[in-house]
This record gives sequence, C-alpha cells and structure tokens, in this order.
Amino acid sequence: MLAYLIRRLFAAAVMLVVIIMVVFGIFFLVPKWAGVDIALSFVGKQADPAAIEGVRQKLGLGDPIYAQVWEFFKGIFAGRTYTGGGDTIHCSAPCFGYSFRSEQAVWPVLTDRFPVTLGLALGAAVLWLVLGVAAGVLSALKRGSLWDRGAMVVALAGVSLPIYFTGMLSLAIFAYGLNWIDAQYVPLEDSFGGWFGGMILPWITLAFLYAAMYARITRATMMEILGEDYIRTARAKGLKEQTVIGKHAMRSTMTPILTMLGMDLGALIGGAILTESTFNLPGLGRAVLDAIRNQDLPIIVGVTLITSLAVLFANLVVDILYAVIDPRVRLS
Amino acid sequence: MTTQRTSGRRKQALAAAAAVAALLTTAACGGGSDDGDGGSKNGAAGFDAANNKVAQASLAKKGGTLKFGAAQDADSWDTTRGYYGMMWNFARYYSRQLVTNKAEPGKAGAELTPDLATGLAKVTDDGKTYTYTLRDGVTWEDGKPITSKDVKYGIERVWAQDVLSGGPTYLKDVLDPNGTYKGPYKDTSADKLGLKAIETPDDKTIVFKLPKANSDFEEMLGLISASPVRQDKDTKAKYQLHPFSSGPYKFESYNPGKDLTLVRNTSWKQESDPVRKAYPDKITIQFFSDANQLDQRLISGDLDLDLNQTGMSPQGRTTALKQHKANLDNPVSGYIRYAVFPQSVKPFDNIECRKAVIYGADHVSLQTARGGPVAGGDIGTNMLPPSVPGSEGQKYDPYELNGANKNGNVAKAKEALKACGQPNGFKTTIAVRNNKPVEVATAQSLQASLKKIGITAEIDQYDGSQTSGIIGSPENVKKKGYGIIIMGWGPDFPSVQGYGLPLWSSKYIQQSGNNNYALINDKTIDGLFDSYVNTLDDAGKAKIATEINHKVMEGAYYLPFVFEKFINWRSDNLANVYTTDGYSGQYDFVNLGLKNPQK
Amino acid sequence: MTELSKTGAAVGEPTGASPAPTSFLEVRDLKVHFPTDDGLVKSVDGLSFQLEKGKTLGIVGESGSGKSVTSLGIMGLHTAGQYGKRKAQISGEIWLDGTELLSADPDHVRKLRGREMAMIFQDPLSALHPYYTIGQQIVEAYRIHHDVDKKTARRRAVEMLDRVGIPQPDKRVDNYPHEFSGGMRQRAMIAMSLVNNPELLIADEPTTALDVTVQAQILDLIRDLQKEFGSAVIVITHDLGVVAELADDILVMYGGRCVERGPAEKVFYEPRHPYTWGLLGSMPRLDREQQERLIPVKGSPPSLINVPSGCAFNPRCPYADLPKDDVTRTVRPELAEVGSRHWAACHLSKEQRERIWTEEIAPKL
Repeated sequence: MLAYLIRRLFAAAVMLVVIIMVVFGIFFLVPKWAGVDIALSFVGKQADPAAIEGVRQKLGLGDPIYAQVWEFFKGIFAGRTYTGGGDTIHCSAPCFGYSFRSEQAVWPVLTDRFPVTLGLALGAAVLWLVLGVAAGVLSALKRGSLWDRGAMVVALAGVSLPIYFTGMLSLAIFAYGLNWIDAQYVPLEDSFGGWFGGMILPWITLAFLYAAMYARITRATMMEILGEDYIRTARAKGLKEQTVIGKHAMRSTMTPILTMLGMDLGALIGGAILTESTFNLPGLGRAVLDAIRNQDLPIIVGVTLITSLAVLFANLVVDILYAVIDPRVRLS
Repeated sequence: MTTQRTSGRRKQALAAAAAVAALLTTAACGGGSDDGDGGSKNGAAGFDAANNKVAQASLAKKGGTLKFGAAQDADSWDTTRGYYGMMWNFARYYSRQLVTNKAEPGKAGAELTPDLATGLAKVTDDGKTYTYTLRDGVTWEDGKPITSKDVKYGIERVWAQDVLSGGPTYLKDVLDPNGTYKGPYKDTSADKLGLKAIETPDDKTIVFKLPKANSDFEEMLGLISASPVRQDKDTKAKYQLHPFSSGPYKFESYNPGKDLTLVRNTSWKQESDPVRKAYPDKITIQFFSDANQLDQRLISGDLDLDLNQTGMSPQGRTTALKQHKANLDNPVSGYIRYAVFPQSVKPFDNIECRKAVIYGADHVSLQTARGGPVAGGDIGTNMLPPSVPGSEGQKYDPYELNGANKNGNVAKAKEALKACGQPNGFKTTIAVRNNKPVEVATAQSLQASLKKIGITAEIDQYDGSQTSGIIGSPENVKKKGYGIIIMGWGPDFPSVQGYGLPLWSSKYIQQSGNNNYALINDKTIDGLFDSYVNTLDDAGKAKIATEINHKVMEGAYYLPFVFEKFINWRSDNLANVYTTDGYSGQYDFVNLGLKNPQK
Repeated sequence: MTELSKTGAAVGEPTGASPAPTSFLEVRDLKVHFPTDDGLVKSVDGLSFQLEKGKTLGIVGESGSGKSVTSLGIMGLHTAGQYGKRKAQISGEIWLDGTELLSADPDHVRKLRGREMAMIFQDPLSALHPYYTIGQQIVEAYRIHHDVDKKTARRRAVEMLDRVGIPQPDKRVDNYPHEFSGGMRQRAMIAMSLVNNPELLIADEPTTALDVTVQAQILDLIRDLQKEFGSAVIVITHDLGVVAELADDILVMYGGRCVERGPAEKVFYEPRHPYTWGLLGSMPRLDREQQERLIPVKGSPPSLINVPSGCAFNPRCPYADLPKDDVTRTVRPELAEVGSRHWAACHLSKEQRERIWTEEIAPKL
C-alpha cells in the first residue's frame, strides 16, 4: 500500500511538471510559432508602440524561451516581479501570473473564485450521487418495469439536454415565472440562506445532467454485478436480499461510480463554465470565460493550470480510493 | 481549458436554447407590467421616448440605488486607459474634466460645456494656446481642492503608454508629436510635471501650448483621458482598481468581472458642478457572462439598464419588442458597419472593380443581415456617421445605395467590371471576424450577391480577438489576399478627425494595428485633414468634414452597410433619461435618476 | 420482498396427495423452464431422484444438460434475486428433510440456505467476493445463522480453514481471494460452505477450474469431510472420472432429463444407455494410449427450446435406427428399471443393449 502510494505521488509530481510545461507551451510558445504577437492583444484600439513595448517588457516576451519558462516556474514557488516603464509590480508566491488587463495577480482571483465553484460542484455532486445512484439501483432491480423505462427516459433527457437549456428553463420557471427563488448569487459568508437560495437552481440543473449519467452507469454496472458469481454465492450463504444488494453488489458497483465522481469533480472544479455563465455565478468557469473574451491570457493560463492540478489531484484521490476499495489494485 | 460534457454540442444547444428561451421569456413575463401608457408616473415612458429627448425629467427623485448590468466589464476604469464608449460615459460619475459633453439629449449632447473650468478655452488667434481657469470649490474625494497641477499630471499619464496602455493618445500626439516627453514615471523633475506643452502658472490656471494648431483640441480635452489624477494617489497600473474620485461618486468596491459599487462622494458639492445632477445615492454594476441572462434580469425589473449600451441580445430584443416596447429606445449608435477594399490586393487596386462590388451588393439584404431597419439600422450611404458635424446622413448617396441600387444593380456592376478589365468577374476573399455572428451573416449576404456578377468570394473567418495582428497588418492582408474586409467604426469624439483620421489618413498606415485598411494614400484627403485642424470655426470644420466624406466615397474604398442602430432597455423606474450623441447614442448615465428610490 | 413470495406461489402448489417422502432429499418431477425471446428453454424437464444422508450422488452430463440448473433449483437460487419480468418457471417438488421447498415461505428457504444446504461453486475466484477477505466472507456465512460475536466467528473461520488444510490459517484468514492459489481458494470455498455443518452439500463442478494434481486433493477433501460430517452430497460434473470414486449413486442427464440412474458400480460396469457409453468413452484414463483413449460423443448437445422429438439423444445416437417403426424419433422413452435400483430411458431392447455393451463398447474402453 505504501509503495503504491509513493509510486502514485511520484507519478503525480512528474505530471505536475509536465502539465506546467505544456500549459506554458500552449499559451506562450504556440502563438509565437504561429506568428501571433501576444503583446498586441494587450493594447487598445490604436496600438501605441510604447504600449506594445511596455507589455512586452512586463510579460518578458523578449527573453529567451528557457528564461520565460524558468521565470514562470520560479514565480509559482518563490513569487515574481514584473518591471516595465518605470512601474514595478510584485506578485507574491504562489504567483500563477499577473493579469495586466485587470491589474491583479492571478492567484487571488483564483482563490476568490474557487469557493464558488467548489460549492457548486460539491453541492451538485451530493445531489446527483444520491439521486443518480438510487435511481440507477432501483432501475436495475426493476428492470423492464414502468419505473425503469420512465427513469431511463428522464436520464436520457438529462444526458442530452444541455445545461444551457435546462438552466434557462429552470430560471424561466422558478426564478422569473413563479418567483420562488431569487436567482442571485450571494456569498456564503454574507448569508447562508441567500447562498443556498442562489445555489439551489444551479445545483439542480448541474445535478440533473450528472444524475442522469450516474443513473445510467449505476444501472448498467449493477445489472452486470448482479450476474456475478459472488453474488450467487452471497445468496447461497442465506443472506437476505437487502444485504446481497446493499452490501455485496453495492460495494462493487461503487467502484466505477467513485472513479467517475473523482474525475467529474476534478473537471468541475476547473469551472462549470456553462452552469456558471447561465446562472451568473462568479466562479472559475466564468472567470475563464470572461478571460477568453477579454484576451486575459494570464487568467486563462492560471485557470488552466488550476484545472489541470484539480484533475491531477482528483486522479490521485481516485487512485488511492481505488486501492482502499479494491484490494487487487494494491498489488499491481 | 476545461469544459463540461456538453460543450461539444454547444452550437446546437445554443440554437435550441435560443428558440425555447424566446418562448419561455414570452411566457414568463406575461403579467405584472403596466407599460403601454407612454409617460405614466411609475410605468415606462414609451417607445423611443428617450431617444434624442428627455423622458420624465421631473419624475427623478434624489436617492436610491441605480442598478446597471453588463455583459462586458470596462477595458479599464483608469481614466487614462479606458477606450470603451460606455467607460467614458460611466467615468463621469467619478471623474471631472476641464470641459465635458453637455448634459443634453441628441446633437446638443455632443457639444462641449465647461466642467472643472469656469468657461470654454480662451484660444489665441493662431489656435495654438488654450487657457483655462479652474472653478472654485472643486475637490477630490478627500476634500482637498483639485488644482491645475492635478489636471496636468492626469494628462501627463497619457505619455506613460508602456505602463498605462489602452486609452486614446490624441493629447500626446497633438501636444508632443515628436515624443520628447517620456511620461511622469520617467520624469526626472522633482514635481514630475516636466511636460513643456502644459503650463500651470498657479493652482487655478492651466495653459496648453500646441506646437501645431488642432481645431479639435478642446474635444480631446473633453475626453476622459484628460481627467485630473492626483500624484500621491496614483497607483500606476493598479489605479484602475480604485481611481481617486473627483466627481460626485467614489469607488466603494470593485471586483473585476463580478461587480462594482459607487457611493456618494460627500466632498463633492452640487454648486461646483454645472453638469452632473447626481440623483441616486448609490450606483452598482453587476457583470454577466451571458447576455441573455442580463436581458432577462432587465426585463424582470431587477436591473435598470445595460452598462454596455450595445443593444439587447436577439432573443431578449424579440421579447422586449413584443411586450415591453415602451421600455425601449432605438437610437443611432454612431457606428457605421461596412466592407473595405485594401488597394494592395488585386484587382481592388482598380477603382472600377471596387465600384463593381459596391453596385453589385444587395444593400437591403445586407441591412437584413445586420438585423433589419430597427435593430440593425438605416442603410448606410456614405462614410460619415450621422452624429458627426458635416454629415448629410442618407441625403448624400453617391452610389444610390438607398435608392435605385437598393437591391443591387447587376448591369452597373458588370459595366464596372468591364471597365476594370475583368468582364467575367474574379476571385477574392472576404475577411470577417469569427466572433461576430452578425458580421459573418453580412459576409455571406455579400458573397451571395457577388456571385450574381461573377465575383467568386471565399469567406475567411479569422480569430476576432487578433484583429490588430491579422487585418491590422497590411503585409498579412496582402499575403492572404483579403480583397474585402468586414469591419465597423465609431467616432472617439464627434468630429471627422475623431472618426476618420485613423481610417483615411496616409499618416496612419501602420505595420501592425493599422486601421487604414484601404491603404488610402490621397494627398487631397491628407490636405483636407491638415486644413481641418487649422480651421477654428464650426461651420468651416463641418464643411471640410463633408468634403473629406465625399472624397472617400468618390474613391470607392468603402461599401457602407448601415448607420447602426440599437435597441436599448430602460427600466420603468428610470427618470430623466435621454440618449446623447456625445456618447454615440447611449443614455447619459451621469444624470439618470430614479422615480422610486425605495425600489 | 413481495416479488419473491409471488414467485414462490407461482411455482405451483404441491399436490396435496403426494405423501412426505422418507428420503432425506427427494426431488419429484422437477421442471425448470426459462422464458426467453426465442421461446421457452426447458433446462430441466421432469427430474426425480432421492438421496440419503451420508450418501453421495453424482450428476453427470454435458454442459447445458441441466445439472447446474437442478442444483440451483434445489438451493432456491432461481427465485431469489430474480429481477426483471422474466422469471424462471419451476414446478415439481423438492423435499428436504421433510420440508417441501418450492411451496415453502421463501424466507424460510433462505434460512435453510447456507445452514441446511450449502454449495461449492465451479470457479472459486469468481465465486468469492474480490473486495472482502476470506475471513470476512466465512465470518459472514457463519453469523447469518449463528448469533455469535465477530471474535467467535473468526475463531470458527480459522478452525475451518485449518480443517480444509490451509496452512497458517490464522494468517491466511485475513488474505483476499486473489492472494490465494486456485486450490487454496477452493479449499477456502469449501470451508465457507461447511462452516454451518450443512446436511446437504452441493458441489457444482468443484474441480473443473483446477489443476489436475489439485483436483485429486480437493476430491479427497470432500470425501473426508463427508465422512466426518455425515452430510448428503451432490457432486455435479461433466467428468465421470470425478465421481468414479466419490459417488454412491450416479445420475446421467441429457437434454434436461435423466437418461440413466443407478448405483455407481452399475453405471460404470453395466451402463444401459448409449449416451452413458459415450461419456465413458470420452473419460480420460491414465492407463490408455493417447489415440484410442477417447471415443467422443459425436454431434452437439440438443437445443433446449426445440428438444428433438422422440428420444432427445436420437440425432447423436449411433443405434437410433435399431428399434422398429422409428420409435426413437417419435416416442419419448421413459425411465425403465434395467436392474436393481438401476434405471435407463432407451428404446433399445434389453438384449440389444447388453449385446452392444459387451461386444462393441466395453472392449474398447
């Protein structure tokens, strides 16, 4: 187990370095090769040469590539200072870059936006896990029944309907039509009730999509597991059917579900772009969407990095969970 | 970058959502509103009630919170760095200038009126010296008086382009055309006021000495980039996060991309400010990523108006036009949408080939692609926006685009092609920004009508965020063979110089960030601009503007599509609302009031 | 679960007239049918047999002959945990120690499972839950039927592992199934089955998944344990060799029915059904030459949906044409006594069978 952990952690560390290099490459080197001048997109309508030169200096675009990569790396661990045109900006560690559009360091933006996205992802995850797994198990046990067919039609709808659509629909009905909820994001620290009220629709909308997916996977997995020999063994022991399903079958069914959950949460933490933009939640997804629109490269890089890290971390957690659940994994 | 599972299906999804959302909003907003009765006390003022006239001025009460929503944050809230029209408009809440636009609707709103200064400039006969005296009682948000040195320092910041990029640089170009001053951050003088062209003999007096006359100079001083900035409060690049206020409101909080809140600046005195009424107690902006979401909130009454003032999104517009017409205004935006022909790309070096495209295009269909007469605008017939002095509007229509040739004139086009030596037509490429669906639609319309006269046009959708490097590079344009470029342009300030100088002057042809896409190098036009800056009387200026417009049109460098119009939302609760040419048809933010401050 | 009791009722009321049997286990006219899209699969179609305590019955047949279905039917595993619309249709009677199982309350049958009757499965790797230790699984099996604490149950598990010959049982008890070798796994499986001292043990192909050398050890173990516990044992296999030394009685199944049944020595030395001859011919024997060793049964097992008319074995039977009037293809042969406690279902006459056996088959074996 320990050896397994160490191997995984080491692999994650290597991945981390690779990710930083790749992200850096995508955003700084590829445009360079493509002949696009990044500096140009940071200046206004009538590009003043001094303005372009200023941006170039601050971004260090004139430096050799290895120096740029090194500065970028160093910034994450030791902080970084940008100088240009008689202005000096310090970006303290962990410096994930500095946005010259909005004149703020990227890291505080990320930490400011992160709780919103985390709240959205976790809240929705609880909902979809409970609903999706319950519906999936019931469907598997009552396969072919009206309930099963109904649930699977709803699930198909959930999987195929885009968030954009379900989000607008729920807003139009519950927020603007019936006026039940004020679809307005309120930070958790301001008011729990307000936060909860503002999050309930996004949770449901997001959970609907995922619950549908989880219900389908749970149903399929459960049906497969129920055909396993060891389930027959459990019954042959004289176990009650509830125990057979609830203990023996569920434990195996949860393995792929937990893997999926880990990956989905990891990806969502990078920002549920559509949900956040539909419900106007100031999370990472909206930050990156706005950043793309505003050509705010450092924010895009920062969010991309954080997202990659989140996925990496989620992967690690899933790997460890896997080993906890499935003893066979510990050996390999 | 992360996306959700649905992102692959996004396009489809958007289309489906648009259709259903239109339905839903219709259903959801059926009841509760009491509009229709133009000018009711608590209802909407009526369709176009605030377009070029003041709606419900007397109903404005002091107090309350004025709520803006926006799908786009400002490029920068730093007075030196902002370039968006809505930023200039909004910045008047927290900044004052020597002179500013009149607080009046329509054309009058584009005229200058004294603000910090006691009167308009005293200009010497050669038009090279402008002198202002500052008003008594004008103060910063900490109560200290605003001095002429603060004004000078604020203007000097324009020179620090390497730190404070983004804003207009007219003042720098006019006051220091050779760029001898290096800006306040590299200024070696003790008071950092080393710019020779501006003198501050005392705290109340400021004198501008131009090396060369420019008749629009006072217009330039009316720009937000001429606002005073106090040296001890200058946080350089970070200034945009919290500009120090000289106006009736000050920054309370600003989270880029999330929200902005202004509260009353208690040091500001009404009697010191002839322009700003400052009705509300508080002004908030909430930012959205999704324009539909914003429209929904406007329609539901949660927000008062759209900060961006660029028109509602298509589905919000449809709902609003059907059910809340009295909440809408349909102003001219000041923008002209057009196609331009780079002369470097053959055969557009030949004027006849350019004319062939102008004649061959179906102007009604182009207008429809832009959104039709209401949401798109009137058919553009020349290149001077209606808000600019010297404009003749649709009356000047040299190619009869709004007349005989409205639907395209194949015969005339073929004639022109023959004269060009391309009787069978030719092949070319239309360059269009990929992030502007409406522009892509116009490109497709143009492509279709050109086909009829034998011109095969391919559409190249380029990365819209890289405009300055792609179509702004004449070398690249030539390499890619962009014979037709779809673009749009609006005036920085309402004059032919503020609109057309970067487009038509040979001096503005640049290797990157070029805006003279047609590569117009016409001695007559250059000469007209030169005489324009030396002509001080308004009538004379307007005459030259008209002449420049005619020259540009005669050169057949442009195919104008529309004089753009928008549909903008105004809540039931807004009072003293009017659109102003000073800000391209936007509502004059600084004088908006609320009917019911409690709401 | 109401579903289950419904199924139980649907199985058909036991005929009130039939008297309770005297045997420990008696199966009477058992039918297990599965409705499918292609038709009704008659996996078991009228099977009857008896088994006494302390005795071993070997059920032999090809895959698909209905052996495993029979054993699962006795365990009540066709009705427990059947989800979906299509449920197995079961009729007949299964008497275990005086209780008729098919008409009994399903929960009562559940309580008998694991305690009164236990089962050893073919592939111990897939039959053991991969996520639980061997110990956990044995403890669970014990605690379902015994109200004891975990410690006691664990001691019992270690004891059982020791009994089935697993070295260092106190350590191995905490291992996972994948950490065991195939033979050890099957020993553990046996330990789990026997933890409650069941009166009836069903071993379904207990050695098929194992190495040849291990097979013998496992069979020895089963025999020893049977002697020790005095249980009734059913060994199900496709390999006559497995039951040769183990079984007291042998039942040969073909196409869901019994074709021959009798004491082991009779079935081995005086078989009276051509299919049994085929099985004997295909039995691997170490004392024979490779090429003449196997006389396989030609053809493939019959479809259980469209069972051949007449004798189900007729398409593969080399002697199908011997009886007159084509009876093999029109009339289904019933089991008929061919000796003491020895039955066979075949249209060949007694003489024909004796002749073919002694002249044609036996010499080649």
